[in-house]
Amino acid sequence: MAATDIKRYEELSVEAADIRPHESTWQRVRKSGSVRLGGAVIALLVLIAAAAPWLGTVDPTMFDAGSRDLVPGKTGEMMTDDGDMVTHTFWFGSDSLGRDIYSRVIYGTRVSLFVGLVTAVVSLVIGILFGLVAGYMRWLDGVIMRVMDGIMAIPAILIAIALVAMWRASLTTVIIAIAIPEIPRVTRLVRSLVLTIREEPYVEAAISLGSSTPKIMFSHILPNTVAPLVVQGTFICASAILIESILSFLGVGLPPEIPTWGNIMAEGRIQFVEYPHNVFIPGIFLTITVLAVNILGDGLRDTLDPKMAKRL
Amino acid sequence: MTTASKGSGPVLDVRDLTIALPSGGDRKEAVSGVSFSVARGEILCLVGESGSGKSVIAQAVMGLLPDTLPVTQGQMLLEGEDVAKVSTERLRQLRATRMSMVFQEPMTALNPVMRCGEQIDEVLREHTGLAPEARRRKILDIVREVALPDPERLIMAYPHQLSGGQRQRIMIAMALVLEPALLIADEPTTALDVTTQAQILELIKNLQARHGMGVLFITHDFGVVAEIARRVAVLRLGRLVETGDKDAVLKRPRHDYTIMLMASVPDLKPHGRPLAADQPIVLETRKLEKTYADRGWFTARRVVHAAADVSLEVRRGQTLGIVGESGSGKSTVARCIVRLIDPSGGEVFIHGEEIARRSRRALRPLRRRVQIVFQDPYRSLNPRRTVGEAIIEGPVNYGLSRTEAFERARRLMDLVRMDAAALERYPHQFSGGQRQRICIARALAMEPDLLIADEAVSALDVSVQAQVLELLEEIRERLNLAMLFITHDLRVAAQVCDHVAVMSQGRVVEYGPANEVFVAPKHAYTKALFAAAPGRDFAFGRA
Repeated sequence: MAATDIKRYEELSVEAADIRPHESTWQRVRKSGSVRLGGAVIALLVLIAAAAPWLGTVDPTMFDAGSRDLVPGKTGEMMTDDGDMVTHTFWFGSDSLGRDIYSRVIYGTRVSLFVGLVTAVVSLVIGILFGLVAGYMRWLDGVIMRVMDGIMAIPAILIAIALVAMWRASLTTVIIAIAIPEIPRVTRLVRSLVLTIREEPYVEAAISLGSSTPKIMFSHILPNTVAPLVVQGTFICASAILIESILSFLGVGLPPEIPTWGNIMAEGRIQFVEYPHNVFIPGIFLTITVLAVNILGDGLRDTLDPKMAKRL
Repeated sequence: MTTASKGSGPVLDVRDLTIALPSGGDRKEAVSGVSFSVARGEILCLVGESGSGKSVIAQAVMGLLPDTLPVTQGQMLLEGEDVAKVSTERLRQLRATRMSMVFQEPMTALNPVMRCGEQIDEVLREHTGLAPEARRRKILDIVREVALPDPERLIMAYPHQLSGGQRQRIMIAMALVLEPALLIADEPTTALDVTTQAQILELIKNLQARHGMGVLFITHDFGVVAEIARRVAVLRLGRLVETGDKDAVLKRPRHDYTIMLMASVPDLKPHGRPLAADQPIVLETRKLEKTYADRGWFTARRVVHAAADVSLEVRRGQTLGIVGESGSGKSTVARCIVRLIDPSGGEVFIHGEEIARRSRRALRPLRRRVQIVFQDPYRSLNPRRTVGEAIIEGPVNYGLSRTEAFERARRLMDLVRMDAAALERYPHQFSGGQRQRICIARALAMEPDLLIADEAVSALDVSVQAQVLELLEEIRERLNLAMLFITHDLRVAAQVCDHVAVMSQGRVVEYGPANEVFVAPKHAYTKALFAAAPGRDFAFGRA
């Protein structure tokens, strides 16, 4: 073929020579309706959590015997730590100790979001490390995966209860207790992703280009697992928020004076028939939060990982 | 349906067919104003490169298009009845009885958990009121007709128990059991080896002649067209560019695009370039061997010889081709030489240095001497890294600074005839051919002594394939590279190879200069392989 021929052939060839536009992942994600809806609700909750002191709340641990068992909207009096009496409207009512449920629910948002986010990050980071090693260094696969199988064989809530009982309840122990049962799931996902990605020709190309094993693991394999992991992270976050509430509700989570939605519900459980709002209001917040995180996760899954969207 | 049209007119008459693409695609319509017809007793080949819309037309006729691809205009008359307008119920009746389809991938087109006989029986139960005995007779007849051995036993088999060729025969039996007037075959031999392909093509021709049905045969392979077509319709980007008798279109093409395609089809005759014998040996393998063993705890040890006793050599500036069908071990040999897998035995020398038994660490300084380009351009580049990062990765691993490496990358982009601006972009922004050029540049950035092309042009359209082959040839000459070219495509091998090794079942059955092997093959397998090459005596683009 002469050079002029080649030029003409390239023009005629079906493969267009011009370069396709690059649409960034962020641009694609932003177009998704579910991401927008879920993201907006979560943003609102984060805002509420951050601005809790300025939203007409009082100290959520403060109680006043004179203002016990008020129905929503009632106004009563409360004594602050300094000994001043203030008039306060109990928008969501008060509990049997005379604490303001509105303040407790708003402050509880902090605990729930913090537990969800930190649990997701902790279990993802640890799970990614184990998964990468199990998937890429095959001689460690057997050991790691059998340990993970062992953890998976115990019900998540039981592990959490046992761990909290062992260590005394605090935010750290609760987060660790919730994260540990999630780690095997992340490890399994990462391992299976690594097992497929390591067979990809671009990884083999990197091997023949003399790239070191850590470089292959962290700059070729890991970035290609991000999309499914982000999605998995949202589901862990949602389930962590739920489990934290369950633990608190069962009385094995955070100490009862800390305002968490589970604690509020646990406290209101005894008088549920007379004062159902003590359970319903934190329950509604919990439902909305978990729903928003899940909707965000679904949206991310559809945009980041179309292949997985068809599978799940 | 008018009875008159049933007897005389064409079986399929497609008129001014237009099918829309969803918005955001690279063009507005998948198919634009396409008209053609298939007469009774003729085979019309619909040919085109990827994205030409040929499969979309087949699916439209069968009523299998997804809702995202609506037929916006035109008619598709099956024996006078417009299948674009009929009800879903009528369409269901027409399928299998008046028109039927054979797909590319027989493994996925058959239901893996149903016996082959049951799958054919399903068609009969659905569309006829025959008694079980009569159905069974009919099934055995059709299985016998598609030349499958031992029909009684075969209809009891599950798809995974059959070979690819046998599965495709079952598909054909299913398609033809109710004697449809129109058979649509969508790349039916693309997934098959060349010898099996020849048998299936022969079968389709024979059945067509015996039953007198019209066949719409879709393919991208011009060898296959030359074998089977009576008439040819050439598609480009959803438009019909040329229609006519096989000889007219393939030998005296009129449209520029067809002329270009015909010139791109590689010749089956070896290029006959003179060989310099005094060049130093770059690669030598001695009795290279790769075995896989099942290490089951409870089962007997089963050993598979993926490659055995492979002794080859490649000199500087020359190309050795390894040809063979799938499972012949040709890729295993390549992967052993690059040490992506560890050979079980034998030796590999690069410039006299043994590399087969070195530890990974001791191998590292030698890795850069052998580079490989893979088959699939869509999976060969990390989607999360820019083209520039991909190309400089190797040189940076061996101590070059990023600036120098980028400088080299820019020179290489020029060498593979791409714009240096491509370095900033991501792989998904490029077409298959462009990506393959990038992969070649990445391999060359290591300044290797030996370049291995493992089916490097097999996934590309014929016109793009011609360009990439041309490029590889130019690079080999300019850099005086030794090349190991692995391919299943004999035409491609004839164009690029100086020496050829023919592999079958892990062994080299014939090895010698391309001129000798192609002109006078000695081994029975080589002869069979060459005899099966579709369109081997056909002169494309020449009257």
